[in-house]
Amino acid sequence: MKYSYYPGCSLEKNARSYHVSTMAIAKSLGIEFVEVEDWNCCGATEYISIEKVPAYALVTRNLALAAEQNGSTNLVAPCSACYLNLKKADHYLGENVDLRQKIDLALEAGGLSYQPGSLNVQHLLEIIAVDIGYEEIEAQVKRPLFNLRVAPYYGCLVPRPAAMGSFDDPEHPTSLDNILKRLGATVIDFPLKAQCCGGHMTQISEETALELLRRLLKNAADYKADMIATLCPMCQLNLDAYQDAVNAHFGTDYKIPIVYFTQLMGLAFGLPADELGFGSEIVSARPALEKITLEEPKPARTRERGKKKTDLPLPTRPEEG
Amino acid sequence: MTDQKKSPAEQEKVGVYICHCGSNIAGTINVEEVAQWAEKNPNVVVARNYEFMCSSTGQELIENDIKEKGLTRIVVASCSPHMHEKTFREATERGGLNPFLFEMANIREHGSWATNDKEAATSKAKALVNGAVERVVHHAPLEKIPVDINPNTLIVGGGIAGITAALELAEGGHHVYLVEREGTIGGRMAQIDKTFPTLDCSACILTPKMVDVGQNDNITLLTYSEVESVEGYIGNFNITVRKKARCVTEELCTSCGICEEKCPQKVIDENYGAGISYRKAIYRSFPQAVPGYPVLDKENCTYFQTGKCKVCEQVCPTEAIDYEQEDKVITFDVGNIILATGYDLFDARQIPQYGYGRLANVFSSLEFERMVNASGPTAGHIVLRDGVTEPESIAIVHCVGSRDQNHNEYCSKVCCMYSLKFAHLVHEHLPDAEVYNFYIDMRTPGKGYEEFYHRLLNEGTHFIRGRVAEITDADRHPGEEGKLIVQAENTLLGIQQRTPVDMVILSAGIEARHDAEDVSKLFKMGCDHDGFFNERHPKLAPVSTMTDGVFIAGACQGPKDIPDTVAQGGAAASQVAKLISQGTVLMEPVRASIREEECSGCRICNTLCPYNAIEFDEEKFVSRVITALCQGCGTCVAACPSGVIDGAHFTYTQVMAELKGVLWDVQSDVLTKQEVA
Repeated sequence: MKYSYYPGCSLEKNARSYHVSTMAIAKSLGIEFVEVEDWNCCGATEYISIEKVPAYALVTRNLALAAEQNGSTNLVAPCSACYLNLKKADHYLGENVDLRQKIDLALEAGGLSYQPGSLNVQHLLEIIAVDIGYEEIEAQVKRPLFNLRVAPYYGCLVPRPAAMGSFDDPEHPTSLDNILKRLGATVIDFPLKAQCCGGHMTQISEETALELLRRLLKNAADYKADMIATLCPMCQLNLDAYQDAVNAHFGTDYKIPIVYFTQLMGLAFGLPADELGFGSEIVSARPALEKITLEEPKPARTRERGKKKTDLPLPTRPEEG
Repeated sequence: MTDQKKSPAEQEKVGVYICHCGSNIAGTINVEEVAQWAEKNPNVVVARNYEFMCSSTGQELIENDIKEKGLTRIVVASCSPHMHEKTFREATERGGLNPFLFEMANIREHGSWATNDKEAATSKAKALVNGAVERVVHHAPLEKIPVDINPNTLIVGGGIAGITAALELAEGGHHVYLVEREGTIGGRMAQIDKTFPTLDCSACILTPKMVDVGQNDNITLLTYSEVESVEGYIGNFNITVRKKARCVTEELCTSCGICEEKCPQKVIDENYGAGISYRKAIYRSFPQAVPGYPVLDKENCTYFQTGKCKVCEQVCPTEAIDYEQEDKVITFDVGNIILATGYDLFDARQIPQYGYGRLANVFSSLEFERMVNASGPTAGHIVLRDGVTEPESIAIVHCVGSRDQNHNEYCSKVCCMYSLKFAHLVHEHLPDAEVYNFYIDMRTPGKGYEEFYHRLLNEGTHFIRGRVAEITDADRHPGEEGKLIVQAENTLLGIQQRTPVDMVILSAGIEARHDAEDVSKLFKMGCDHDGFFNERHPKLAPVSTMTDGVFIAGACQGPKDIPDTVAQGGAAASQVAKLISQGTVLMEPVRASIREEECSGCRICNTLCPYNAIEFDEEKFVSRVITALCQGCGTCVAACPSGVIDGAHFTYTQVMAELKGVLWDVQSDVLTKQEVA
């Protein structure tokens, strides 16, 4: 399967491990990523709210390049903000004629053009969960992540563009849970899985950001998660780099490594950890990874009568994924 | 292929009547213009427009014109034939014509209601009227076919709707076959503890009726049974029922219950017990079950699964256990059918952010209903999932799956009231517990319902107006540890609110039965877009269906509380009783007939007929329609390779004439194109 690939700025620098691990698992899964040539910044989170027309022109230039270079009509972005901006631009240019005329002018000045709807903008999670599918993922697993307790963390951007069609439940997504389960990990039912990490609030109101981060870390710790698996460079950076600040501010002692789900996939596929960007995280993942055992844990039996005779039966949930 | 009759043009005198329907039609369609235009048709003698054609004055217009102007054909352009075809056929008949020399053009549902474009609607009305005029001149007089009504009735579903209908008919002296899928009748009402707003004990008012059903000689009760096939038509249905093997010989069983007591196999009771209690592999859903014989659940029975056990056989004092018992297929004839198949509860697992199935102390409304019932798993004590801890605070979440564009758009009608009832029961059982009701709007229309709401306001229930966003165990603030936190926007205060509680009850809505569509196909009637059975008219024929002789009652037609359900059960019974006392009904003469002299005897129609209404005459080597069985569907008419089957009232000539009439303004174009091609 061939996809046009838009890495975005983060994957060049702080999220290098995301890029490296994505490329590594792509090889195992038979995916070909063709990087869009001469791509530029997507505008990140604030720009669209501040200066609409230049912001849309900036992000649409990438769509125009991707469509013109024709690596594939599927354009994939691993970064949640890039994905949302690309998808938003494609969607709203199709809906808003006035905006589109302005953007057309801007693109024309650079000798480019873009027809909204001509690309299918996808997040990396979508192509792995939906296009590749859980069966194929499981088939590639050579070293299952037994006994590793993982909190699947989607953040707020990927599940939410419901109006533009979401591949997962916007309130309670499960695709990442299912991928991690197939890798053999013990996936916790992470209540805050689709809540905000604070985004750029760290720069604007650090206290707000730290509180949002504290909730996530506390909840993951309450559920005894060994690590948090993420799919967004912003989430990873905030949770990882500000963990010390959270501890200092609230007097806590969290040491939860934050890794990309692609790194865990690579590990389960039997690829060497140093080829997956492990080691670049601030809170080291090593102690958590050492918990992985060769032996499969016994599945928890929820529907059975509990230990006590008085327990009432629990409702079951259908098997997912 | 053509009707070999007189060439009708210029011989028939057609009267055309355009109805205003108040402003329903005249607001969009220029009725005067349509009438004037219609009058130009050479066959039309008179074309009028009138405010309400269905009024007696409107009908008299038709009658008088027939008498005074010698009309021979009538066209009324108004609403759907479902509404008033019968009205105008009768007016035509009173004027002295055969009622089938009438045709109706639907310019309301198909015209004025479909668009606001006056010009387009007027133009379409002309086309429809013209089609009707061109068709009606080819109509032939037909006679309705009298059909005897078998006085027996099939009722499907033994909940309170089916029980009510069965007793009404049986006590009136008519025989009823009551078919119930489960091992006992009683339905949802048997699961419920108290009924709102009077707080009657549900079982106390239900069980006497169940006993009456069991003891009434006019009722053949078929429990643990399902209808397999339905053939025939109003007055003459042939029913096949599969009576599943319950592995208990009914004649021998004394309902002593010892088999149930001694059975070693415990199973979660998903059905009657709402998944919160256990039953045995051989069981009665509850002690007052009617009939009292147990059912052996083969899938969970140790003997059927491993070949060893047979405890029930050993303990049964009357040797009533019969492992070899097989399903019985029973056939019988009835004249009418009442469907009272009830509802399913919305599965709250579809809203994962509410935690049902994920968080132990989130309960569905039916689970709570069973729990608070004295015959339930905790003998009526309100406790958490551990079975012992009494909750100090309970949140009741309204509109779960209802009034929700992601799930069911409609209001389930009963949830506000039962949520109030739950709040009251909590106050009664746990006077110190705090109760929070999260609602969108409080909907309490019904006798004594609003008063009940006021009572709860005074009992100290906290009412928070806001749809719940999520229910989580992720504590954030001190005081939330170990609690379930209900996050909602309090829309009256305009604030986000986090309410920590010990227990959450999800007031799940009412849904059509998961297999309602299959059932509707079995009985050849329809479902609405929410999956509930479709009534013939939402206001004036709420228990009738589009299929004559098939009636519906209770929540299978839409969300309903007990009083409304009982009312519908009674209404359906009275519809049936009316037909039984009529003795016969007149059926539409829309039937197929085969011109035997031209039939080649290919027998294609014999196998295609969905009603087995075509027989083959081996001697003459021709096919023949059995008129009493024919439903006039037209399949054979379309399929006959020789074109020798006529569908009365839908002849080739009539249909083609109508098409040509409708397409009057495009005909020349089409012809030109054809000629060019």
